[in-house]
Order: sequence, then structure tokens, then C-alpha cells
Amino acid sequence: MSAISRSREKWVLLFPAILVLSLITVLPFLQTVWTSFTDAEITAREQQVNWIGLENYIWALTDPDFLEALGRTMYFTVVSVGLEGVLGIAVALLLNQKFRGRWFLRVIIILPWAVPTIVNAVAWRLIYHPDYGALNSLLLQLGFIDSYTSWLGDPDRALNMVILADVWKNFPLVAYIALAAMQTIPGDLLKAAAIEGAGAWKRFHSITLPWIIGPMLVVLILRTIEAFRVFDIIYVMTRGGPSDGTKTASFYVYQEYFSYLRSGSGASYAVVVAGISAVLILAYYAGIRRDQRGA
Amino acid sequence: MHRSLFASFALYSAALLLTLFTLAPLVWLVLMSISSPNDLTSVPLNWWPTEVDLSRYGHLVDLNNGAGHRFLAALRNSLLTAGGATLIALIVAVPAAYAFSRRGASLALLFVFLATIMMPPITYVLPLYEIFGGLGALNKTTTLIIVYSAMLLPFATWLMKSNIDVLPVEIEQAAFMEGASTAFTLRRVVLPLALPAIAATCMLSFLVAWDEFFYALIFTSDLSAKTLPVAIADFSAGRVTDYGVIASVGVLATLPPAILAICFQRFIVSGLAAGSVKG
Amino acid sequence: MKLKTLMAVTASAAALMTSAAMADTTLNALFMSQAAYSEDNIKSMTASFEAANPGTKVDLEFVPYEALHDKIIAASGAGDDGYDVVLFDVIWPAEFAERGFLTDVSDRVAADLTSKIFDGAWTTVEYDGKRYGMPWILDTKYLYYNTEILANAGIETPPETWAEVLEQAKVIKDKGLVEYPLVWSWSQSEAMICDFTTLTAAHGGSFFDDGKPAFETGGAKAALDYMKTSLGDGLTNPSSLEYFEEDVRRVFSAGDAAFAMNWTYMNSLVNDPNESKVAGKVGVMSAPGVDGVSEASAVNGSMGLGIPSNSPHADQAWAFINHLTNQSTQEEFANLSLPIWKASYSQSAVTDGQEDLVAAADKSIAVMYPRPLVASYTEVSSILQKHLHGSLLDQTTSEEALANAAKRVARIR
Repeated sequence: MSAISRSREKWVLLFPAILVLSLITVLPFLQTVWTSFTDAEITAREQQVNWIGLENYIWALTDPDFLEALGRTMYFTVVSVGLEGVLGIAVALLLNQKFRGRWFLRVIIILPWAVPTIVNAVAWRLIYHPDYGALNSLLLQLGFIDSYTSWLGDPDRALNMVILADVWKNFPLVAYIALAAMQTIPGDLLKAAAIEGAGAWKRFHSITLPWIIGPMLVVLILRTIEAFRVFDIIYVMTRGGPSDGTKTASFYVYQEYFSYLRSGSGASYAVVVAGISAVLILAYYAGIRRDQRGA
Repeated sequence: MHRSLFASFALYSAALLLTLFTLAPLVWLVLMSISSPNDLTSVPLNWWPTEVDLSRYGHLVDLNNGAGHRFLAALRNSLLTAGGATLIALIVAVPAAYAFSRRGASLALLFVFLATIMMPPITYVLPLYEIFGGLGALNKTTTLIIVYSAMLLPFATWLMKSNIDVLPVEIEQAAFMEGASTAFTLRRVVLPLALPAIAATCMLSFLVAWDEFFYALIFTSDLSAKTLPVAIADFSAGRVTDYGVIASVGVLATLPPAILAICFQRFIVSGLAAGSVKG
Repeated sequence: MKLKTLMAVTASAAALMTSAAMADTTLNALFMSQAAYSEDNIKSMTASFEAANPGTKVDLEFVPYEALHDKIIAASGAGDDGYDVVLFDVIWPAEFAERGFLTDVSDRVAADLTSKIFDGAWTTVEYDGKRYGMPWILDTKYLYYNTEILANAGIETPPETWAEVLEQAKVIKDKGLVEYPLVWSWSQSEAMICDFTTLTAAHGGSFFDDGKPAFETGGAKAALDYMKTSLGDGLTNPSSLEYFEEDVRRVFSAGDAAFAMNWTYMNSLVNDPNESKVAGKVGVMSAPGVDGVSEASAVNGSMGLGIPSNSPHADQAWAFINHLTNQSTQEEFANLSLPIWKASYSQSAVTDGQEDLVAAADKSIAVMYPRPLVASYTEVSSILQKHLHGSLLDQTTSEEALANAAKRVARIR
């Protein structure tokens, strides 16, 4: 086969994928960017859409509620991904030890990850229920609290409780990746270190961690990108309350579109969120590059 | 290496703690679904049901019951949507993956593919809503299938590409020598060899589509297209005084992905590892 | 002969085809799964409509109230696949009319209906002199009280003012009859705004004056202070800040509250022994007033049925709406939602067994207070929700909360 026909064939093979992605993602994205410079609204009437330049962006970036929502989303992202990282590595270290029943633990760890996000949200909402929730009952019976607490009733606590639910669902992914990476560490390396008298912490710090850091970086950035768009768990657990304490950026944009019907302004919020995501995505590719060079 | 008694104790305690943390919420969900409403509303709770009540599951699989009708319709839509999207994504992804793996298509393009799914859905949702609305295609399973397949496609391409990369290239070359076309080679030579990878890709894609909520929330409006996540969100916030019903819906919606995940764990874990680590 | 047969066949075939075309009509109708009529009620009403209108089938869709507004909007772009009949709240006609989401049905409404239906019900569907549907649920929040707890506390007459509510609650709490005598739906939601509106009306406050926010001072501030005081004194169940209407019903039905604010539908459910532990021990009355300001207070929480402008079956949709809203249907299902028809309130089918409720309704309907009738209501409400909720959580004083809300409302684009 000649080089030319091969190269043409490449595009034939790629064509369906490029077509689908262009129509469903690239063009809509461009449309959103365009809309963000207009005063378009959601309406069933004829509307004259005007180009208003940067007005929406000026509005968005001076909107304290939107900036608060962005800050809240970052907090959610950093804390939940951070916890997932720590917990994931700890669990992987545990599952990498030999002990009876290890296979069982390795199998069931996948279950939280398999629970659909919406079911996860519903289940934890029931667990946190102020009157009949399992968490209240458990803590009361164990003597940790004197009376039932309103777990989702306080803005700061509510966000942390949502984070806990998110961590429960997503730590298995991180744990599996960390475990897979740990299993590729040559046993001799750790043994030699142990013989030289390196303690457990030192072995983890100077051998295991550097070995798994590449894959961990990649999976954690991936989780960061996902956490930053959080919507469904919030929609079901708190609907952004109490007192907007869990209203995240995606929820804010959704509201701007479908509750306040301002597509132009909503689009500008969306583009700002997309811009931040783009930075994260670039970090992800940098992480992969680094990982591949390191490995 | 021998472990000290203390180390063993610490190890098993940690394992026990992890087991509890992982399973407790799930076990509680199942227990709620079979406890009587009285057990669920006592203070403090009755952890173990005084009598096992399976009636809620009976209602949910009964087409003539209001809740059952809605649940089964949403289940059908979810199966069709997730299944259809997985199928289309795979059919489109395999040739693309082959182009990346064997025909030297630029990896930068693959990164562009991947970047499209990493953008938050709020960036796409309004134009899509307007386009499909203009075509009269909102509230249709087909529409969700198309959107989902675009959502699954990049990841599926990536997974397939990294799996085709490690297949021996010699067999394909032999086929080409004998004058086989690329389509033929792809179907008869590459696909059979890549079957495990295809299975892993299918499984992961299906799970992702099964979980999707945001597009379904906005693009569907009734039982003809509404998927399980949206149905559950609507259901759990309505006039339901019996939390056991919500729990039983949750259990049923978790069963398919949980069974897939447990049975095909090796595939899924290796797929995830390949996807998020190897690049 | 042959020709005749042929013609007969053709004629009957044509007849068959037209009836088949009519049978093809399926209406999609959107309802909420919360207060007022239950799903079973609505299904029975629909079944009788379908029986009377062969050829028209109705698919019912139920969503939580909190999702109703956004569903109507999202489905407005769905063309023929959207809804044909939607339930909408009294606070939305301005927005829906200005943006053309609802069909103007002024010409379809018979002129003689105007005087037969309560004015408060009509305001639910009117905007700018036009009608966008038929009122269906004539609703407001009533004050429910547990007669047994009041008797045990030695209280002989239920409270006549909001101040008395707190006084009696204090007595009940001090006697240890229940830990938190009052329960409300004060989650960050429209439900909270309804209670706030009731209290604002009672204290003679208003939301807007000449298009400008007027809720920083006067009655609205007094209302928020009242809410904060009841929480601060431990008289209101603190979980109220997470509650919706159904939670209020649950707590009250379990006998864990002496007073509760809720819609009409709670009356029959708390008196149903299958649903409630306090059946038969429930009093219902108009929400009280404030000494020297008002006798009673109420929020207009009515809802109407309309036809989205993208519906291809407006005629059949209107027939369905007429069926649901007509006097005999409403009288048949009067225990979860009271009729919009003035004449119904003297019918024994409506009044029997719920004389208290009907008496309370009589008083409340006369004083129903509207939430702001502005096109940006959804946003005004969510701004108020955020700041009121923050203040109830003791993060801000009532002055700060209302001033911040007013500042934000003034900034709405």
C-alpha cells in the first residue's frame, strides 16, 4: 500500500469519530462561546439577539455569588480529591500486604465505585437524615453525640458531608490504580532497603511513593477534572442549600440557564468554568508526559 | 518476613475498618429496603428488621403498580440508552483507534478527542438542547444515545488504541501481504485478538452511560425517554413517606452495575489502569 | 351494486381512519408529587376523562415541586414531544407569559365563570389582563395544632395572634410535652418563602414598593425576626431548616409537634389513622394575625393548569383541563385540595367531615397575600431564600440579611 493511500485511509478510519465529536462537542462549544458575547435568553418568542461584547464576562466576574460558587467548587475539588488520594494510597498499601481474606477485600472495594452517583446521593441523604438517619442513630448509640444533629442543615458542614459521600464512592478508583502501580515495584528493591535498615515509612517515602507518583498524579488530575464539574450529587442531596452552602459552579450555570433563562450570561459562566477546566486538562497532559518519561 | 503481633493486629484492624467503611452504607441500604416503615422511623433506629418486608420489590417489578410502571419504564430506557450508546461508541471507536495505533494518526488529535470529554457538560448542554429542540428530537432515547456515544467515544478510542498497540503487528502484515483490505483485516484479524479489550471497553462505557444524569435531566421529560437516574431523583424528592421504597429503588438500580463490576473486575480494573495510567 | 358496495367500503374505511386519527391523540401532562391532590386522585380524574373521551389518552408525569419550573422550561423546546398540559405555580405566569411559554386561553374561558370562581384563584392564571390557564388548586398554608397537647398544657383556646403562638409553645415546651412545639418547612426553598410571606402579611409588610425592594424594614423584617426568635428560643424544631412540607407532615403526624404550618392536603392525611398517630386530635385554623395589624394571615399558594405554547393538541388539552377543574370533579376530590368554585363551599360533599378546614378556608381565602408578581420572581425568590436561610442559621442578623437580599435583588439584570 502506498504512503498516500495509507494516509488517506487514516482519515477514512477517523472520519466517523471526528464527525460525531465535531457535531456533539466542538460545534456546541463554539456556539456557547459565541452566545457568551450576546444577550440571548431562553424564550418561546422571537428574540433579537444582540452582540454585547464582554458585558456578560464583566458581570460574571463581578458577581460575588458566582465567585463564591467557584471558590466552593474548588474547595469541594481539593478536599475530596485530596482525601481520595490519601485514602486510596492507604488502602492500596493495605491491599498490597499479604493477609487472610485479602481477596475478599480486593473484590468488594469496587462496589462503592459501581453504585450510580444518584443512588449514592440518595443513600447518603437518607443516612444523614436529621430524624431517622443512620448516622445520627449510630453516633448516639455509640455515645459520640447527645442528641440528633442536622448534618445537612449547616452550610459548611453540609459541604463536608457531601464530600464524604463523594469520597466513599470514588476512593476505590484511586486505590485500584495505586495498587496496580505498587504491584510493579520489584520486590528486591524493598527487600534490599529493609535489609539496609530502612523503616516502613522510609521505604514508603523513598521507594513506593516515587514509584507510584506518576500514575497517581494522572488519576488524581482526572478525578480533579471530574470533581470540578460536580452537579448530580448536589442536585439530589442539597439542591445547593443550606443558604447556598453547596451551590457549585455547574449548579450555578444550570440555574442561570434553566431557572433564570439567561443563556448569554449562563454561557459566559460556562466558558469561565471551561477555562478553569482547560487549565486542569493541560495539567493532566503534562502529568501523562511526565509519567511516560519517568516510566 | 514475619510480622510482629502488633503489626498483625494493626493490619487486621485496618482491614476490618475498611470492610466496614465500604460495606456499611450498602448493607444499610439493603436493610432499609426490607425493613418495615416502623423500624425505619424509630429513634434510635432498629438496625435489624423485626420482620422482612419484600413487598416493595414486589411493587417495583409490577407493571400495574404506579411506582413499578415508572421504575420499569426508566429501567428499559436506561438499558436501551446505555446499551445503544456503548454499541455506537465502540463501532466508531475501533477504526479510530486503529488509525491512531497503526496508521500513524497524530496523538495530538487523540488528546483533542479526550479534551472534549474533560470539558464540563454545561459547556455543551445549551446548544445541544437548542439543536435537538429545533430538530424536534428532545425527549427521545435516540437523542440520548447520540449524545452519550459522543461522551463515551474518546475514552473508548483511547482504551482500544492502547490495547491494539500491544497486539503483534506481524499477523496484520501477513494479512495485508495476501492482499486483504484494511476493513477485512480489522474485522477478521484485529478484532478477535482484541476481544478482551473490547469487553473491558464495553463494560466501562456501559457503566459510565448508566450513571449519566445531567443530559438526561435536561433532554428528557417523560417516561418515554427518562432514564433511571432522573427517575430516582424525581422519585426520591416527591411525596414518599416510606424511605424503604427509595432504598429499594436504589438497590435495584445498583444491581446491574454492581454485578458487572464484580464479575468482570479484572477487565474493568485493567481497563481503568490502562485508561488513566498508560496514556 | 358493486359500485355501491365499493362506496360503502370506502366510506366506512374513511370513517375508520378518522377515528383512528383521533384515537392517536396522547396528551402528556405534567404534575407535581407533593402537596394537594395525590397521584391516585389525579389518576382517577384522568381515568374518568379518558372514559368520557374515547380517542384521547393521557400520560401523566409527576415531578417534585422543586423540579417543576425547570421541567416546564426545558420541555418548551421539545416541540411536539413536550407537554400538553402543565401544572404551574401562582408565581410563574408573569415569566411564562412574557416569554411565551404558555398559551393565552382568555378566549376559551367562558365569561360566566369569572364570578363563580374565587378572585384569589383567578390571580393564579392571570397576567396583564390575560388568562393563561385555569386555576385548579386553591391553596394556602393553615395553622395545624395538636388538640391533645394543647389540652395537656392547659391551653383552652388556640392562639389568636402569632405572639400567642409563641407564648403557648413556650408553655408546652416548659411542661416538657414536646421538645420543639413548632415545625415548619424552612429548607432553602419556595416552601420557606411561603411561610415568610404569611408572616410578612400578618405583620403588614410588603415585598416591593413601586418596583423597588421594600422588604428591608417593617413587616418583612418583623416576620424574619419572628422566625429567628422562635428558633433561638428553642420553640421551633431546628431541623425545620432542612424540612419540606412532607417532613412537616411526618413530624406532626408522629405527635412530635404541637403546631405546624402546612397546606390543605395535610388536613385529611393527619386525620387518617393509617398515616398518622394523631388522627382525630388535630385542629386546623387560619394562620393568625398580629395585634392591631391583622386578624388572620395567608399566602396565595394556588396553582393552575395551562397549555404550553408548543403543544400540538391544544383543543384536547383544554378539554382535559376543563375536566380536571370542573366543579363536580373538584367536589369529588375535595379532601386533599379545596375547590376553586365559590358554590362548592356550601355543598355537603365538600364540607362534611372537614368543617374546620372549610371554615378556616373561608377566612384565609379572603386575606390571601401574593408573592411578588414580577417576571424575575424565580430569581428574587432564590435570592431571598439564600439570605433568609443564612439568617435563620444565625450567620447574619435580620437587618444584614434583608439589606443584602435587597441589594442583590436591585442588581438583577
